[in-house]
Amino acid sequence: MTGAPGKAVQLKAVPLKTRGAVRELVSQALRMRRSQVGLALLVVIVAIAVFGPLATRYSPTQFVGLSFAHPSAKNWLGTDYLGRDVWSRFLAGGRTLVVLSLLSTLLGVGAGTLVGVVAGYSLRVADEVLMRFMDLVLAFPPIVLALMCVAIVGPAGWLIVLVVGISHMPQTARVMRAAVAQVRDLDFIKYAESVGLSRGRMLREQVLPNVVAPLTVEFGLRLTFSIGLIASLDYLGLGVQPPNPDWGLMIQENQSGLNVSPWPVLIAVLAIAVLTVGSNLVTDGFGRAAAGIDRRVDS
Amino acid sequence: MAKLIARRLAFGVLIVWLVSVIVFLATQLLPGDAARELLGRYATPASVAYLQNEMHLNEPALQQYLHWLSDLVTGHWGKSLVSQDSVAAIVGNGVKYTGLEMILTTLIATPIALAVGSLSAMRSEGALDQVLSVLTLILVALPAFVIAIALVFVLATTVFHVLPATSLVGSSQPFWSQLEYVILPTATLVLAVVPYPIRMIRASMVEVLRSDYVSLARLHGISERRVIFRHALPNAIATTVQVTALNLVFLAGGVVVVENVFNYPGIGYAFVQAVNDRDIPTIQTIVVVLAIFYVLVNLVADVLVVLVTPRLRVGAAKATPRLEDVPLSLEPMA
Repeated sequence: MTGAPGKAVQLKAVPLKTRGAVRELVSQALRMRRSQVGLALLVVIVAIAVFGPLATRYSPTQFVGLSFAHPSAKNWLGTDYLGRDVWSRFLAGGRTLVVLSLLSTLLGVGAGTLVGVVAGYSLRVADEVLMRFMDLVLAFPPIVLALMCVAIVGPAGWLIVLVVGISHMPQTARVMRAAVAQVRDLDFIKYAESVGLSRGRMLREQVLPNVVAPLTVEFGLRLTFSIGLIASLDYLGLGVQPPNPDWGLMIQENQSGLNVSPWPVLIAVLAIAVLTVGSNLVTDGFGRAAAGIDRRVDS
Repeated sequence: MAKLIARRLAFGVLIVWLVSVIVFLATQLLPGDAARELLGRYATPASVAYLQNEMHLNEPALQQYLHWLSDLVTGHWGKSLVSQDSVAAIVGNGVKYTGLEMILTTLIATPIALAVGSLSAMRSEGALDQVLSVLTLILVALPAFVIAIALVFVLATTVFHVLPATSLVGSSQPFWSQLEYVILPTATLVLAVVPYPIRMIRASMVEVLRSDYVSLARLHGISERRVIFRHALPNAIATTVQVTALNLVFLAGGVVVVENVFNYPGIGYAFVQAVNDRDIPTIQTIVVVLAIFYVLVNLVADVLVVLVTPRLRVGAAKATPRLEDVPLSLEPMA
């Protein structure tokens, strides 16, 4: 089906347009309590992460007092192990995590979708080769792959985005391959094939709108895992480097002072937890909505 | 069946081999000379030349790879660039502690998942089911080190002081004399891995409980207890095997961070130390060992699933199924 398409092919048997599918999914998902709670958490914490660096009381790397000082009017959450203001470091410490998580998820889900759609739509040699290659990537636990690369190249933002993205590819490819394989045999696809629609247009205009729901859910899942993975790298000291403020790094730096002043660890743990839980609650809402939409199409 | 195992095994060997190629190529990118790095700044040119020769560093990359691969296969894993311990000793010691942790985690998490998953399925869409659903959603979202820190906060430092916060296990003492140091790492891993099997077992039980033959069994007046234990639960075995394998694969990555929270001397702790020291021989070996572990777990799980699923057992006798057909995708989480 690579022949040139007819000039004005009108496709009537298409049940969904991409934009309509997205709108329906979002409105269904946001009717659920858990998505509402998740979205609220997510909006608050992402706003803090993005705009927080503009609202710090002190420079996050400035020494303002003794180490592990208790909360006071001057330092709302006390000071950290080097005597820096915890509140300022909390405000300034989320932006890198949020940005890198988003970028790596976009990269991983984008590349994984490409692989999955091509594999699912061709289902021949390309399918076999691509999916076996994905199996190979799975043999590396994501954190181990990331740490190995960091050991070789050093802790760099682009490397973390790349490696975390790659580690997402296999699962996304599998999910999207299954989704595409399901759509492929539907009547309107056969119709589009029979009137000679090019493969590119076919994928873009016919297949994509029908796999938007699983794609959205997959993106949410991968985003949650990206945040966890990148925060773990930061915690291990192989992501954001000191003296820069970062939630994961804050936990590692101040863990030894838990008995003296738990605040620097607690606020960072809470921030990461709110971010991942919020993202997962929204995703679950989308998952449930997507399942509902799928059922309706089947019947 | 034998054909299936042979095919799976061949594919597994291929995967491990490709992993070794990737690991070798990646470490070839390293700037600098391993021999020079090993000997330090004040090494004489002669000693550097001697060691370069010893480590085959003057040969072309393919030759180097073949040397490395044959050493790897024959168990000559060399010495750590930093501590001068043999890599085999580092890996062996790490595997011992991590193995203990993984076995304990699996032994605790699997029955919990079976019980909670079944209970949730029996009260499907009830209040308990809803609470468990949200609880597992929250747990599954939390990175393992966040769970670990929360446990340390509550049980070992600020709130209660009932357990040690780190596990400076002396490797000279047998580990059963230091079990309290294993409690927090294991509790963390159980909490980190248990949500997924709970959800899977719940889903498979909900499906079975709605099936015709369970209705029939109930109509025959068989007690609910017997329906659950004799008729419904055996159907969750295949799912349990699969998610247990999946969790083991996840644990191979999960232990890395958790062991470092508690300074637990397993393979993940050794790995992060090697990464911090840029100790390439140790890193290479641990990554390949983990790949072998991944392949073995998948192989065993696939065989077990075929054995406990009559439908697949018959199919396997007739024709080797396609690779995709047997396992429900074995995906590690994060």
